[in-house]
Amino acid sequence: MRRSLLGLFLLALSQAVWSSVTIEHWQTAQGSRVFFVHAGSLPIADIVVAFDAGSARDGKQAGLAALTSGLLDTGAGQWNADQIAERFESVGANFGASISSDMSSVMLRTLTDKPLFDKAIETMHAILTQPAFKEADFQREKKRTLAGLKLREESPGDLADIAFSKALYGDHPYAHPDSGMIETVTPLKASDLRAFYRQYYVAANAVVVIVGDLTKEQAEQTVAALLKDLPAGQKPAPLPDVVMPAKAGSQHIKFPSTQTHVLVGMPGIDRKDPDFFSLYVGNHILGGSGLVSKLFDEIREKRGLAYSASSAFRPMRKKGPFVLGLQTRNDQTGEALQVLNQTLSDFIAKGPTEAELTAAKKNLTGGFPMRFDTNKKLANYVAMIGFYELPLDYLDTFTQKVEEVTVASIVDAFKRHVDLQLLQTVTVGDDAKAKSGK
Amino acid sequence: MKKRLFCAIVLGLPVYAAATEPKVSEHILKNGLKVLVQEDHRSPVVVSQVWYKVGSSYEPGGITGISHMLEHMMFKGTDKHKPGEFSRIIAENGGDENAFTGTDYTAYFQTMNASRLAVSFELEADRMRHLHLLPDELKKELEVVTEERRMRTEDNPQAKVGEYFSAAAYTNSPYKHPVIGWPADIANYKVEDLEAWYQRWYAPNNATLVVVGDVKTDDVFALAEKYFAELKPSEIKPIKPQTEMPQVGVRKITVKAPAKLPYLTMGYKTPSLATAENEGEAYALEVLAGVLDGGNSARLSSRLVRGKQIAVSAGAGYSLTSKLPSLFELEGTPADGKKITDLEAAFKKEIADLQSTLISKEELQRIKAQVLANQVYQRDSNFYQAMQLGTFETVGLGWQKVDEYVKKINLVTAEQVRDVAKKYLIEDHLTVAYLDPQPINEKAVNKGDK
Repeated sequence: MRRSLLGLFLLALSQAVWSSVTIEHWQTAQGSRVFFVHAGSLPIADIVVAFDAGSARDGKQAGLAALTSGLLDTGAGQWNADQIAERFESVGANFGASISSDMSSVMLRTLTDKPLFDKAIETMHAILTQPAFKEADFQREKKRTLAGLKLREESPGDLADIAFSKALYGDHPYAHPDSGMIETVTPLKASDLRAFYRQYYVAANAVVVIVGDLTKEQAEQTVAALLKDLPAGQKPAPLPDVVMPAKAGSQHIKFPSTQTHVLVGMPGIDRKDPDFFSLYVGNHILGGSGLVSKLFDEIREKRGLAYSASSAFRPMRKKGPFVLGLQTRNDQTGEALQVLNQTLSDFIAKGPTEAELTAAKKNLTGGFPMRFDTNKKLANYVAMIGFYELPLDYLDTFTQKVEEVTVASIVDAFKRHVDLQLLQTVTVGDDAKAKSGK
Repeated sequence: MKKRLFCAIVLGLPVYAAATEPKVSEHILKNGLKVLVQEDHRSPVVVSQVWYKVGSSYEPGGITGISHMLEHMMFKGTDKHKPGEFSRIIAENGGDENAFTGTDYTAYFQTMNASRLAVSFELEADRMRHLHLLPDELKKELEVVTEERRMRTEDNPQAKVGEYFSAAAYTNSPYKHPVIGWPADIANYKVEDLEAWYQRWYAPNNATLVVVGDVKTDDVFALAEKYFAELKPSEIKPIKPQTEMPQVGVRKITVKAPAKLPYLTMGYKTPSLATAENEGEAYALEVLAGVLDGGNSARLSSRLVRGKQIAVSAGAGYSLTSKLPSLFELEGTPADGKKITDLEAAFKKEIADLQSTLISKEELQRIKAQVLANQVYQRDSNFYQAMQLGTFETVGLGWQKVDEYVKKINLVTAEQVRDVAKKYLIEDHLTVAYLDPQPINEKAVNKGDK
């Protein structure tokens, strides 16, 4: 019964994948790379314009990329912040701008009804090509950023993330948090943002993703309208390679919380690493599969030590982190950390069983269509494929690549990429309470 | 220019909406289980949700949070399946799953390849009536829920304020206590308590099964009959009304907690759609929330964050779909150099403005345009659509009301918005909570190599 259902299901799946996602790709005369997927069932379009202008491009001015992105819609062309917001919202469009370490993303969701669509695109064009960076807007947004940075200090989880990145990356551009530090944001000037914008928000550094109810011709016209007059500029130089930590390290931050936040890990892999699928499937078994992973089972199901316990590889342009994390009552930190480390070292020594691997593959291949079952998810997936220059058939070959993973390839990949002698451990919590019990 | 665009919205959009409006079908099993199906063939996936009419607002004192605790225990085994097997089976079938508990509902969901719907139905039917509540599993899961509470509330100053705020704002309404429960109650749940709660509320005639995705409606109804029809219904005894006492004066509380920034929450007692004498008032309150916080051009952002720069963040919200009367809330963090009382005064000035001056035509049109557009955007997500159907049905509004939403918002006038502001946003029905930040003094200690 189950077997025959499975057969049916695989057939349905492969048909769906082959027929549903065709990524069309071209490059503009100015050097922008465009990725278009026609999705015609709803009268909407999702547009992402991504630049290699994330926090890794901050240099010594940590927080510069984030503030630049934050200022974009506060004044552009002939419009101020209120007018920009009104222009989008009066046509029901949603606009957003955000950054990660690698990427600055400017996003729009709009209806495709022509007058509405045109007004949203015209507004986004001004934001992309003529942001004003006016002093008054800059001062206000900087103050709001600084308030956000203070708010971060209320959160033991955020403090753990900051210390963890620093421990993994040392002097590398991935070491600092995306929104910067109080001491690096305070001295920023509007002219710094303008210079950053001029260098990185250029056509040669742009990836445009459009998913929605448009023809290819309309998509081409949209790209032209969005990027009109954006200087070609140049792609920035590649980021430096990540230098591995010299040795294992352990750091504790004393904080008046009831739980201790625990992070353990090291730099992992970049987006194009050939071991990606072995590590991805392996980690799915170790701590990536929500309610059924080994880590979840050992920490939560068997011992009730934490609400969440998980692990992940976060591949980036350069080696992104491999991280395991949990939060537990202060006095249980030692036990939880011991179980976490033991689970990891057992997994590296032995790898998964065949049964575990089969179950993980069934989950990943069976759940594959759910990764892009909405236009929004698909747009984000295509942006990832485009930005990191992954093969255009990435989605078509995903399940096959997952199926090719073996126990041996997982064991081999983990041994080469996760060195227990280099693990960095960060704990944030109240160790005084840990010693005296609850 | 502007005028022409609004015409385009008003004339153009409903045409789209009518052309592709999703159709919901209802089928009620003999045992009372209501099944709702909405077909969406854009992707070969399906979301299946089981909603129970029980949540924290059903709970008496002493066992607060028990609906949420039971939600956790629902993954801990049945007559047929060992603890944890539910999740393993769903995972092996390529599914994603989880559950959530609110004041007015407890819901369980799986998203899967559409061909696997039977797997979800079989497991959900099994745990609807045949749960095993084991003392050892409860003991561990109590710890997990306590950790969840520490993470969500104890170590999060603004969440802590929210908890004390609700406890102060309500006199006797069950919305007074947190969904996750008070710590002393969590620590003292017994298997008998959970067993009684399960027996009392988990029955087909107290549940709604919502399915949205790449399915055929009749097939889903047949599948539901196959797996759920044999479950026995229960006699569901309605809970006592616990009608909130009228509030007869403003309430103010201070919460001290380790924090870096002050924070303010204010709430006015308001009816919800289900409890409003005149449902137009509820839709007017919904529009009023949009005037204040329906995007970056709304008043709180344009006037308080940008214009006067009194706040670094400010928000407002109204809970249209709560089962019981609830609160219209405003919350925010004052800008550097501004006092929390400055922000409170600024919020009150915005309320006073809404009571004395009609909102502009442009504001009303903007909100209506957003509502129309959002209705189209929402169709991008099966999960969201299922959530809406489940919520409306479970709080007693009936799923048919989901379809009325856009039409009813379109009927709201500027005068109605002013009138509900005058009627409900009044000082005597207000509760204010202030976060008074206490020093943190974190200190880093390098423990060196391992």
